[in-house]
Parts: sequence; structure tokens; C-alpha cells
Amino acid sequence: MMGCWILSESLSIILVLSWLGVNLYLFIDTFRWYEEEESFLYTRVILGSTLAWARASAVCLNFNCMLILLPISRNLLSLMRGTSSCFRGPWRRQLDKNLKFHKLVAYGIAMNATIHVSAHLCNLEHYHWSQSPEAEGLAAALSKLGDSPDETYLNPIRTFHTNTITELLTTVAGITGLLISLALILIMTSSTELIRQASYELFWCTHHVFIIFLIGLAVHGAGRIVRGQTAESLLLHNVTFCREHLAEWQTAARCPVPQFSGKEPSAWKWVLGPVVLYACERIIRFWRFQQEVVITKVVSHPSGVLELHMKKRDFKMAPGQYVLIQCPSISSLEWHPFTLTSAPQEDFFSVHIRAAGDWTEALCKAFGAEGQALKEPWSLPRLAVDGPFGAALTDVFHYPVSMCIATGIGVTPFASLLKSIWYQCCESQTQWKLSKVYFYWICRDPGAFEWFADLLLSLETRMSEHAKTHFLSYHIFLTGWDENQAFHIALHWDENTDVITGLRQKTFYGRPNWNHEFRQVAYSHPSSNIGVFFCGPKALSKIIQRMCRLYSSADPRGVHFHYNRESF
Amino acid sequence: MRQIEWAMWANEQALASGLILITGGIVATAGQFAQWYLGTYSIAAGVLICLLEYPRGKRRKGSTMERCGQKYLTRVVKVFGPLTSNYYIRAFLHLGLSVPAGFLLATILGTACLAIASSIYLLAAVQGEQWTPIETKPKERPQVGGTIKQPPSNPPPRPPAEARKKPSEEEEGAGVPVGGPQENPMPVTDEVV
Repeated sequence: MMGCWILSESLSIILVLSWLGVNLYLFIDTFRWYEEEESFLYTRVILGSTLAWARASAVCLNFNCMLILLPISRNLLSLMRGTSSCFRGPWRRQLDKNLKFHKLVAYGIAMNATIHVSAHLCNLEHYHWSQSPEAEGLAAALSKLGDSPDETYLNPIRTFHTNTITELLTTVAGITGLLISLALILIMTSSTELIRQASYELFWCTHHVFIIFLIGLAVHGAGRIVRGQTAESLLLHNVTFCREHLAEWQTAARCPVPQFSGKEPSAWKWVLGPVVLYACERIIRFWRFQQEVVITKVVSHPSGVLELHMKKRDFKMAPGQYVLIQCPSISSLEWHPFTLTSAPQEDFFSVHIRAAGDWTEALCKAFGAEGQALKEPWSLPRLAVDGPFGAALTDVFHYPVSMCIATGIGVTPFASLLKSIWYQCCESQTQWKLSKVYFYWICRDPGAFEWFADLLLSLETRMSEHAKTHFLSYHIFLTGWDENQAFHIALHWDENTDVITGLRQKTFYGRPNWNHEFRQVAYSHPSSNIGVFFCGPKALSKIIQRMCRLYSSADPRGVHFHYNRESF
Repeated sequence: MRQIEWAMWANEQALASGLILITGGIVATAGQFAQWYLGTYSIAAGVLICLLEYPRGKRRKGSTMERCGQKYLTRVVKVFGPLTSNYYIRAFLHLGLSVPAGFLLATILGTACLAIASSIYLLAAVQGEQWTPIETKPKERPQVGGTIKQPPSNPPPRPPAEARKKPSEEEEGAGVPVGGPQENPMPVTDEVV
């Protein structure tokens, strides 16, 4: 299983390197082809290497534009995740990094676009220059081809008495190229982190300019201005000989006038598939948006947390997953992620929403969380729910012993897990691999305890009813208190139940001593594989990982801690 | 739509346009194309725009994320006063700067982007926004001895603040600590690995 850890860490690196590798291969292969291909020899006489640069970057652009729509088709990704036969473990985690991949491909598009535009600018200028009276030799002769009725042209610019800007704006490729570049720049400047956080709507609306981008891309090559010699002409006109014998072209039979044709557009072939998939994705999202979500219960907790119980047809979830919620009456564009806090065994699904920003505050207010009079069910705002998405916490059940560590609000995925354990506890027929769960919750604010405390209390009771008190061992750490609280706690120190949570298990004060905790767990389970699941800040994640490595024994039969790096 | 400060987007767009103008200018100058002197102009204009746009303005609501090392340029930009803080002037400046670059093929994209940035700045100006520099707060020197009002009267261990506010007859026995030595409810070990 150690190999799994190495594999999951390096899988991202491997995927990125593969993407880079494919890009480099396409670039270099196309570059060499255009530099060496006979049919483009005469084109190279006028343009030089910039032809190859432009075409190589164009192929990379095609490849990246094909990839860009795939990572954001989240329903497609959910489908892939659902087929658990092919996508287990480390592969599933990669699907959660879809947005990072989307950005990476976008950077690839930006870089290739820069190369492509710069190269074609030079190409246009070269074409223009070779029509000038000062141009001599082969370049000039080639540029003049196409004026007579039985000749095909090579140089798309037919006269020197024009300027390159006019030429750009009168060709399909030029106009679409300008449009595409502008679209790309607008998309990128409105997608910076600052803008996304300041106004999600601006980011979202401007991003839809990608439609213009893709249409422009498909039409971009329609003018066929990248021209090479036709195959029939190559048979009749030997380029290696004839290029040295320009004077004999019209007269000698060995060098009939070369004929040229344009390269047909290929970008649409690359992007057609993903465009169709993405169109299906948007249709699915719209259909899910239309699906009715029934709100069955609204609970307003004193700590400013709103709990919503909802029902939706054919909704299936696993612990640790999240849903995206939209409230059209607040904002018709924003979808916000919330971890599910209900168990799969329940006939509803629930989320706990804390008022932490404009949208969540507006939502809490709309649901009457501000202590006003009770709201009638028909006056509650309509919600749309998409999902569930995300990696499931079901791996917890695959280990004989599991340690679950959560800080603050990071406890929400574990709430779902613990409830699931609570339900499965009743069905004592199922023989589990899992025999012990250690749960650690580190929290600064005792007020945040209270909705979770009820769950732990009922879990505690249930476990003792089924004589499984030793199954779940939970430790709560309170890391922030003031003097009054400390005084109060000291006063009630010797009572049976904890003064803050009311649970039988006492709350600890201050941060956990991880060495002590891991040592105890390792001592209690000397030859087991222990799964460690964490949801919280990166700094603590590093500490936990270090502990896992430290307390795993070198002996393969000894205790092993497996850190599961899930992002919830 | 939550009210966006348009200047934020205009700033990003203008910065990008500056970079595109510089790139186009380099291509034109290096390739020595026709009217390549416009390329050199574009490089200069691009550099000016980048320097002007690099320091982010302060947002009206909330805190602003500064760009790396922008405080030096903020000082320079601040010196120009209304020339740089007024967005109408900035919009027309960008429009004016973009026009000559529009006559050269290599920089036409930069012109288009800068024109768009100029129109977003115009929108920002109409909304009443303006550029305010982000001031770095001077470091407050801790006043030595300023917070000590009344030194404590009993030696440690001391009971908590509420218990200390007892009537003065307790102060006769103030020299003797109340209760036994401090008992930690939990064993304390250090975390050295």
C-alpha cells in the first residue's frame, strides 16, 4: 500500500508530463515535417522557418483546444467516477484536480497562440515583401504565379500596393484570427483570481466568449491560405532541379509551372467531439436545474449555521461528497459547493451552511435564520442542486482501523461518515473489516460544537445500546477559550459529563500532542494497516503526514499508517 | 450582479495590452518590417502602460491584494496626482496611446486590447471610481511601559481576574499564595520529536 501513496503523489506529475510530452511531440514532429516536406519547399522560399513555427504551434493549439472543454464537464467526470471498475483510488483523485488541468491547458493555449500569431505576422510581412519591386529571384517569380488563368497562386497577397493590415482584414483567416485572439485575451484577463473572487458573474459571463473562440477556430482555416504544391505537380515538376533553373521554367519540359493548393481546415475535426460532449453537459446541467428539490426541514442553529434537509428524485450519495447549490432568487449564476452532512441511508440529504460571505448570508436570511418569525414552506426560495460530486470517504471502511482528523468546519464530511457508521451499526449482520475508528476534532470556537454535539451524543448512546462502546473513540480539542470559560471549566472539572459538549468523553484543551496520539494508536494496534483521513489546513496536513511516516514500522508485518490525501 | 469595481478588470486588461504591445513591437523591430519605427514606439508605449498599471489601486470595499513589489511604483504613480488617479484621463490616455500602434500589423492586436481596456476604464470613471494608492501602514512602535498601569500586588500564582477583585482585607495575607501549588489537569509533555 506504500506504493499506492507514491503512485497517487506522482500520478499528477506523470499526467502533466504526459500532456507536455504529447505537446512537444506534436510540435517537433509538425515542425520537422514543414521544414523538410517537398511540397512546401517553394512556400519556404518565401516564408522561411516561420511557416514551420506557425504550423507546429497550430497543431498544438488544436490539441489543447480539444482538451480544454473536457475537464469542466463535471457531469461527464461524475460518470467516469461512478464506473468504479476503471477509476479506483489514485485515478479518482486526479479527477478532482480537473480545474487545475483546465488552467494548465489554458496556459498551453496562450503560449502556443503567442507563437502562432507572431509567426503568422512575420509570414504576412514576408508575403507582402516578396511582391515588392525590389524582390528578386525565386521568391519574386513564385509570387507572380497565379496571374495567368492556368496558374494557381502561391502568395495570397497579390500586389505590393496594399498594406498588410488591409490584407489581414480582408481574409477569413485574418479576421477570425483577430477575433479569436481578442476572445482569448478577454477570457484570460477576466479569469484572474482577483476578478473571480471580486465578481464571479463577470468571470462567468466573459468566459462564455469561448463560444466565439470555438466558432472562429473552426472557420479560421477556411480561407486555405497556407499553400503547398499539389501532388500531381510534384510528379511533373522536380523541385530540387527546377529551383536552380528558374530561367527554364516556361521553356523546359522538365519544369512546368508548379501548381498549388491550400491546406484544408482541420481544427474542426479536433474540437467537434469535445464540443458535442460539452453541449450535452450543459443540457444535463439545465435538466438538473429544472429538477425539483423539495426542502423538507430547515434548522437554524444558534452558531449561525443553517441546516437544510432536501429531497430530490434519484439522488444517490456517498459520505464525503459535495453538492453544488444555486438559489435563483439570490443569484442566477452562482453555484456554491457544500459538503453533504447526511448519511446515504437516510431518505433525505442535508447540508450545513455557515454565513461566511454575501451569498451565504443572503441565503440564511432568505430561510429565516435571522430569528424572525417562522417561514411558511411555500415562501421559501427555490433551490437547484447539482451533484453529488467529489471523492467519497468510503475508503474508511476498507481499513481495519481508521483515524479521522478534522479541524473546525472540516468536520462536515466526517459528520456524514459518522452518521453512516451509526446506521450501519444497527445492521449488525454485516461483517465489517473496520473494527475501530478514532475521531479527532480540533476546534477553536465552542459555539460551533453544538450542532455536531447532538450527533456525537446520539452516536454515543447508540453505541452503548449495541454494546459497541469501544468501536468509536473520539477526542475533541478546544483550542480557544477566554478566562471566564476557563474558570467555568475548572469549576466543573470533576463531573461525569463534559461541561461544554455534555458528552461522556471529556474535551481536551489546547492542541493535540500528535506524538502521543500516534504512539498510543500504534501501541494498541501493533500489526494493522491504519488509514488516516484528514480535512483541514495544509500546515497540519504536513504534520500528520510526518507522524504517519514516523510511526509506521519498517517491518512489513508491523503497524502501517496510510495517509489518505483527500480534498473535500 | 454584485457591484464590481470595473477598474479591477480594466487594470488587468490594460496590463495585458501593454505586454502584447511590447511583444508585437519586438517582432516588428526585430523583423525590420515596413514602418518598424512604429514597433519601437509600441515597445515604449507598452513599457509606459505596464509601469502605470502595475500598482493596483485600493478597492472601495475590503482589502486589496498587492502585486509583488508594487509599493515602489505606487510612490511614483502617486506623484502625478489627478493625472493618474482620474480614470477619465486614463481612458483617454490609453485610447491615444493605442492609435499609432494601430497602423502596424504586428501591434494591431495590442491596439484592439488597449482600446477595450480604455472603454472599461471609461465605464469605471462613469461609475465614479478612482485610483487610490495602497498606503503601507507605518509600523507601530510598541510603547515601552505604556500599558503598565498598576503593577500587580500579589506574587504568582495568582487567582483569575474576577477573584482578584476581592475586598482589601484579603490583601493582608497577600504575600501567601492561595491554595497549593498549581496542578495541571492534564499531564504536559513537550512536543519534541
